[in-house]
Amino acid sequence: MNRQAQAAVLFLTGGAILHTGLTDLHLRYVKAGLRPLLLAAGLVLIATALATIRYERRAARTHPHKALPSASVPAPAPSPVPTHVHREPWIAWLLVLPLLALVLVSPPALGSYSAMRTGTALQKQPWGFADLPAGDTVRLSLVDYAGRAAYDGGRSLAGRRIRTAGFVAVDRDGAPYLVRMALSCCAADGQPVKVGMTGRTPPVLRPDAWLEVTGTYTPKRIEDPVNGGVIPFLDITEAKPVEAPRDPYDESWNG
Amino acid sequence: MTTTDPVPPPVDNREQAAPGKPKGWQFDSSLVLTMVLLAGVALQGPVRGALSAPVVQSWMTVFVAVMVQALPFLVLGVLLSAVIAVFVPPSFFARALPERPVLAVPVAGMAGAVLPGCECASVPVAGALVRRGVTPAAALAFLLSAPAINPIVLTATAVAFPGEPRMVLARFVASLLVACAMGWLWHRLGRSDWLRPPARPVSDGLGRGAAFWGSVRHDVMHAGGFLVVGAMAAATLKAVVPADWLGLAAGHPVVAVLALAVLAVLLSICSEADAFVAASLTQFSLTARLTFLVVGPMIDLKLFAMQTATFGREFALRFAPATFTLAVLVSSLVGAVLL
Repeated sequence: MNRQAQAAVLFLTGGAILHTGLTDLHLRYVKAGLRPLLLAAGLVLIATALATIRYERRAARTHPHKALPSASVPAPAPSPVPTHVHREPWIAWLLVLPLLALVLVSPPALGSYSAMRTGTALQKQPWGFADLPAGDTVRLSLVDYAGRAAYDGGRSLAGRRIRTAGFVAVDRDGAPYLVRMALSCCAADGQPVKVGMTGRTPPVLRPDAWLEVTGTYTPKRIEDPVNGGVIPFLDITEAKPVEAPRDPYDESWNG
Repeated sequence: MTTTDPVPPPVDNREQAAPGKPKGWQFDSSLVLTMVLLAGVALQGPVRGALSAPVVQSWMTVFVAVMVQALPFLVLGVLLSAVIAVFVPPSFFARALPERPVLAVPVAGMAGAVLPGCECASVPVAGALVRRGVTPAAALAFLLSAPAINPIVLTATAVAFPGEPRMVLARFVASLLVACAMGWLWHRLGRSDWLRPPARPVSDGLGRGAAFWGSVRHDVMHAGGFLVVGAMAAATLKAVVPADWLGLAAGHPVVAVLALAVLAVLLSICSEADAFVAASLTQFSLTARLTFLVVGPMIDLKLFAMQTATFGREFALRFAPATFTLAVLVSSLVGAVLL
């Protein structure tokens, strides 16, 4: 890959990263806190591309015959190894792949396929659970509900109507779960928190569709077949389809 | 794309290049790049259709996620490495590090604590240190310790293991021990001809600006290309290999340690996030999970690719297995004592 092509790849990659950071697209792949770093990296890549073009042009003016795209070393003079010509790395061509994947395909956030292959990430929190706000219906994140249901014995949930949201996943036997992926850095470490659905579940469940459900605590729980973690249940009274949230991942663990 | 003799303007390049060149054919890479990008845009519809299977989608998501997450840290490391290469004189390191390599190794290992980032940043920086005349043993200790013992990573470990504060201490101690041991091992047994960094553009005789940006461009393209290889491997593992295989390994104490060590290599997770994954592997012993945290930042598929890029294949083929073995041994010992 000659330097003009390298400058083009750098420029396009920088632009794609900048676009990802400026829109909500980055939330599909990385935690929200990484955004300033993404923007900075995009700018640096674009600056590198511009600098490469500038120095190539300057070299072309001062050493016209050396700076053609095919000549890679603008250094004049007898170099210590006169026969050595630096080959530009072929491996750089691979950088076109993530560029195409990001710009043309923009793969979706992790969904039910990954969720059912991975064990639930629900963990016991040593600092206990705060009391819920007053009111008839409480809105809780799915991860918060799962934690309270599994490790607080439903103490804070008793007698309350809970409203929460997540996407649908169905296991091999057809049992439906409501899932939220929890993320600590990027989608490669994304892990599901699963809540089983009982009661009046909707008759037709499409995997990956987001649902907002209202229901009450039930002591029913099962073991996740993948890692033996706890999967608590929610007794559903009402469910309606909703749009996926802006940030598809739960980032409450990032602290 | 490399010719030694003058050629007429680039347009005529391909016609004129054919006879008498060392390579049978030459192409104009700008043209190829344009064709690849155009083909991508033109085939967008069919490509999207082919990629709609859940396995493929999940693969793509993880692949893109690893790249998007690692690029800022790679850029940070590449910038630092270019600063070291262009603006910091070699005499600085001569004064900052003890003269005897045996003493320089632990000092460099501890210095790893100040590089805030993950392993993608430490590889280019360690490469620049070697080129700047720092004894390789010390630079390698820095390479191994920096991603594991910096404050960001240790804080993440503390957050991920809220009930196990000793995990943080064990991670720090074991990582530093392995880093220093590898440094000393290199000092005793290492041969300088194994360290053969791939050729770099000559920067002598250029202005500082040209040298700086040339170094940034070269490192991003080169290490970035290898990062793609690592990201593809990690995505394949995450999307294709069933997770319940792990449950089988958890029962036996020795097999559990080895299984998580191998998993750390294959998963190639950023060291700032690996603690959360380790915390969720609840069926494994704490020692096995410590091994996961010590091995991961030191050697994984992505790092192996990037080390090959920076130090050469001869080096990486010897360094990686040695690091792996030592990391497994030391973390088992530290785990037995501390956890």
